[in-house]
Amino acid sequence: MATVELRFSALPEHVRTARLVAAAVARRAGVDEAVLDEVRLAVGEACSRAVGLHQSGGISAPVTVVLTEEEKQFSIQVGDEARHQPLHAVGAPGVVDEVDAEEDEMGLAVISGLVDDVEVTAGEDGGSIRMTWPTNPSPTILP
Amino acid sequence: MDLSLSTRTVGDRTVVEVGGEIDVYTAPKLREQLVELVNDGNFHLVVDMEGVDFLDSTGLGVLVGGLKRVRAHEGSLRLVCNQERILKIFRITGLTKVFPIHSSVDEAVAATD
Repeated sequence: MATVELRFSALPEHVRTARLVAAAVARRAGVDEAVLDEVRLAVGEACSRAVGLHQSGGISAPVTVVLTEEEKQFSIQVGDEARHQPLHAVGAPGVVDEVDAEEDEMGLAVISGLVDDVEVTAGEDGGSIRMTWPTNPSPTILP
Repeated sequence: MDLSLSTRTVGDRTVVEVGGEIDVYTAPKLREQLVELVNDGNFHLVVDMEGVDFLDSTGLGVLVGGLKRVRAHEGSLRLVCNQERILKIFRITGLTKVFPIHSSVDEAVAATD
């Protein structure tokens, strides 16, 4: 089950909120302080991308951010409902155009440069970016 | 936190001091400022990023756009930045090769190509 789930209207002004929430939850989950800047940036990039996809596709549905704390890792999944072009296919009508796709790639480039464990999925009904970071389990106090 | 912008002239250079967060929401403000400066004939820009707390790819896009604009007039766009977390973003995107990055405004203003 998600530790925290966030849904926001696809507007640029809410991306900052998503960054702040993600960083706060990541800190609590035990993600290393030194990595929190990367978490903030990566989440911001993923959310900016999702907002852009919703806006250019005229999609009124919210962007979702699912933050999940697991035993030794913390993951963030940013989901959009945009209709994605099948990878390497061109010319299909009504899909994300090339200029948008380029900006999209800049965000993805930053994410893949920052996060080692990234999974990008894209389909007809939407896409998602799942990013995972290791956590330091809080030290167990022995009796 | 929002974005703060102020400009001043030092010799033939225009220094743009940026503060706060440059992201998908605030980047259009920076773009407007750079476009306006170039339209007014300021082709040698120094963007002081020392007060920037956050920069994302949208912000990088705006800076690249600014660089393209000044280059069209044989101008220059130099950055001032000492913050490791901001410099890292330029490094992972390969933009350290595109922008001259200086450690102080004085150094950027004195620099020539």
